[in-house]
Amino acid sequence: MEFTSFVFYFFSAILLLSALRVITARNPVHAALALVLAFFTAAGLWILLEAEFLAITLVLVYIGAVMVLFLFVVMMLDINLEELRRDFWSYLPAGALVGGLMVVQMFMVLGGKNFGLATPTPHDADYSNTKELGRVLYTEYVYPFELAAVILLVAMVAAIALTHRKRGDNKRQNPAEQVKVKRADRIRMVNLKPRKAEAPKEED
Amino acid sequence: MIGLNHYLILGSILFAISVVGIFLNRKNVLIILMAIELMLLAVNMNFIAFARYLDDLAGQVFVFFILTVAAAESAIGLAILVLVFRNMRTINVEDLDKLKG
Repeated sequence: MEFTSFVFYFFSAILLLSALRVITARNPVHAALALVLAFFTAAGLWILLEAEFLAITLVLVYIGAVMVLFLFVVMMLDINLEELRRDFWSYLPAGALVGGLMVVQMFMVLGGKNFGLATPTPHDADYSNTKELGRVLYTEYVYPFELAAVILLVAMVAAIALTHRKRGDNKRQNPAEQVKVKRADRIRMVNLKPRKAEAPKEED
Repeated sequence: MIGLNHYLILGSILFAISVVGIFLNRKNVLIILMAIELMLLAVNMNFIAFARYLDDLAGQVFVFFILTVAAAESAIGLAILVLVFRNMRTINVEDLDKLKG
């Protein structure tokens, strides 16, 4: 067996086993850690497909940020596991039927007869996936790219706005009140008669 | 040799596993969110395989955007989850019936 085939089957096996572990783990922390393993092996497979930039992005963004967020939330919530696990397996027959049918149908459609494209020739050693991806991303796909930035901003604002809790005891300014204030609320003009300043008393 | 269909079948098996996961963990919103992430991973795997075998970078660009949207989705989903837990002290889907749907 060729080395790339070995790598593919090895990583695929780990990926599927960790995916099974994600959906069957009793403890959500274990599920999140299995998901980390699944993402990591998927990144390995993507490197096999010469998508290096996306593989590294998957590791950095998904494992580094999203899964850490998941782990934070899992550990923050005080979940009653027994309640959530009650009759866990009762839907297995229906689920397995649907999943199995999906796999069989996909297998029939995606078999080697229809999608058996041969392996393309590998790129040269000096081919930069990141450079090529950046070139199309900043020329052909520049508007979607900016939209993606806006989506990330909206998500950030939404997450903060949803989970932010106002504390009662902090002394913060209300900008609306500050803007609304009139001159008359702050100063009062007093008409004083001019008079000569008294000479300071001489002290001996 | 690893053909394109290997990757496509791997993606479909991954997708089926996550569908079964949603069936099994129908009470736990957290695991449902994780299963959705797995589904997106399966879809991304197909995109990247096609991008490689058809030698077209559009598939990789699409995966880039899917990653962006998925990160936004999980951030908002987890924020909503935290909010639900704070208000109702549970994340059991069967208890979330305030809307009487």
